[in-house]
Amino acid sequence: MVAVYERTYQNATRVTRRANPFGFDPVFSALSKAAAITVLVLLAGIMASMVYGGWPAFQTFGLDFLTGTQWDTMNDNYGGLPAIVGTLSTALIAMLIGVPLSIGTAIYLTQLAPAWFKGPVGTAVELLAAVPSIIYGMWGLFVFVPLFAAYFQVPVSQVVEGMPIIGTILYARSPSGLGILSAGIILAFMIVPFIASLTRDMLDQIPTVLRESAYGIGCTTWEVVRHVLLPQAGVSIIGAVMLGLGRALGETMAVTFVIGNANRLSPSIMDPGSTIASRIASEFNEALGLQMNALIGLGCVLFFVTFVVLVIARILVSRVKQY
Amino acid sequence: MRTFAIAAAAFAAINFTPAAQAADITGAGATFPFPIYAKWAEAYKAATGVGLNYQSIGSGGGIRQIRAKTVDFGATDAPVKGEELTRDGMIQFPAVMGGLVPAINVAGVGQRGLKMTGPLLADIYLGNIKKWNDPKIVALNPGVSLPDATINVVYRSDGSGTTYVWTEYLSFVSADWKGKIGANTSVQWPVGVGGRGNEGVSGTVKQIANSIGYVEYAYAKQNNLAYALVQNKAGNFPVPDDKTFQAAAAEAKWDSMPGMGITLNDQPFPNAWPIVSATFILMYAKPSDPAKSQAALKFFDWAFTNGDKLALDLEYVPLPDAVKQQVRASWKGMTDPAGKPIF
Repeated sequence: MVAVYERTYQNATRVTRRANPFGFDPVFSALSKAAAITVLVLLAGIMASMVYGGWPAFQTFGLDFLTGTQWDTMNDNYGGLPAIVGTLSTALIAMLIGVPLSIGTAIYLTQLAPAWFKGPVGTAVELLAAVPSIIYGMWGLFVFVPLFAAYFQVPVSQVVEGMPIIGTILYARSPSGLGILSAGIILAFMIVPFIASLTRDMLDQIPTVLRESAYGIGCTTWEVVRHVLLPQAGVSIIGAVMLGLGRALGETMAVTFVIGNANRLSPSIMDPGSTIASRIASEFNEALGLQMNALIGLGCVLFFVTFVVLVIARILVSRVKQY
Repeated sequence: MRTFAIAAAAFAAINFTPAAQAADITGAGATFPFPIYAKWAEAYKAATGVGLNYQSIGSGGGIRQIRAKTVDFGATDAPVKGEELTRDGMIQFPAVMGGLVPAINVAGVGQRGLKMTGPLLADIYLGNIKKWNDPKIVALNPGVSLPDATINVVYRSDGSGTTYVWTEYLSFVSADWKGKIGANTSVQWPVGVGGRGNEGVSGTVKQIANSIGYVEYAYAKQNNLAYALVQNKAGNFPVPDDKTFQAAAAEAKWDSMPGMGITLNDQPFPNAWPIVSATFILMYAKPSDPAKSQAALKFFDWAFTNGDKLALDLEYVPLPDAVKQQVRASWKGMTDPAGKPIF
């Protein structure tokens, strides 16, 4: 440790000595400042142009734009509730399935897996993260959805039909396999590699001393994970989860393939629906006039939802940090 | 798949020609005729050296682009109304035709193994008929064993001329549909799931058991989808092919609408397939650049004369000869600033 530090120090001093006193530093600082400002300007520009583009829709429909359930291109009457609900519910399902799956994967990879097994599974997780979303969508439509319809939707619908609450939430009126739940599951598959590989890296960075001492005082593996590792990596794991949530909220292509693209609000998660992103992807090409404004307005709403989620994440992270 | 390969090849051919060749014709719009326009462009380039850059951005986009005068012609599946043509000073003419079929995926029902009527299709898309073994479907198909399964309705989730043709047909044959839903490039579907594009609908129908979805005939054929025969106005069950599509168009009264924007749906002729449509071209009657418009007209003239075989190869239906003559006559209305006809 000390040797490494010395070497770095020497390298650093050598560089400084060679540098011109009137050299690159002011330019470098100006460049990096410009880079940071560009990001801010971009963000402000995107936000402003989306508000501007969506303004006619906000103005025409007011609050109904958020609470209305009609999406009527013939009479130019647009309400975004089904798409907003679809966005939130698919993301929620994805988190409920994806988070335990990815944290479990990370814990197994770092704590329990034999060394010969770590490599292949770790690589597989990273490869999954690199798969383009359209591949998930096509795989979802061509492989997952027919199996899901035949072996899950149909039998489950038969069992729950007529039951209170569950019979509403899980009943598929047309068992096509496409729907909110399918989209949520595909999204879960897509976010697992992100959260899992980030969490794995966090867990790997926890000093071995900490873990060894916990085992040393007689903790079981579960106790080590629960009371030592997870609290240590907690903040970073929440950050990773939020990154996954951001992706789930905005994912477009894969969702468009499997959600069924219906502009209807349904109490059942087996029924087809739509998300903000999938609605925009479906309709943007042919949209004219107020429909275009309404789509941009929906984009604005998505922007806002993502922003709120990120702020909540920040607050959560700072809370956890205090303990 | 073959169309796709050809389209891709043609796309490469027309889009990567050097920008310096200012003589290239530009067009934008409907996605449905893109493969044949691309194929025609490839052959036309080989024959004359003049290229065509066609962007298949959708009918709505095509109308937007020609109104913004960024292209020489716009292309749209649903015809533009007469008063809008007059207002914008545009002419409109059909270029090529296609037909829609209700593709089905029902175990045990083979190619053309099922008969349908327009009102039945409307009831299915309204959600009034929910099962494949509904008595009304069974009564029309004696001897066909239909499963006791829910019908999975599939529609286009994107705004599309194909949806316009389909919903217009359902409006013609069902008062219920006309009153509740109507005809448009996208409507409020009471039941079903949406697929994006013709390939999205054909892909969904292929994957989802017990489904039905409307697609361009070409897509049904290329994807080997089974489709139902639909009873026409004369009471017959014609087989969808270029002959029955042309039968709907040949005797139709094209001059009854401005810009030849007539519907070919539900025509009364004995051999006419009931769900047929033309796709249209929009150009300015007094273009600001007459030379470019003339080049575009020459292209379509060439395509009408030499392009029928190419169209049939890709499962499109060429316009009947009489209609082509009518289109050529309509071009006389296009003049340069001096008032001289361009074509």
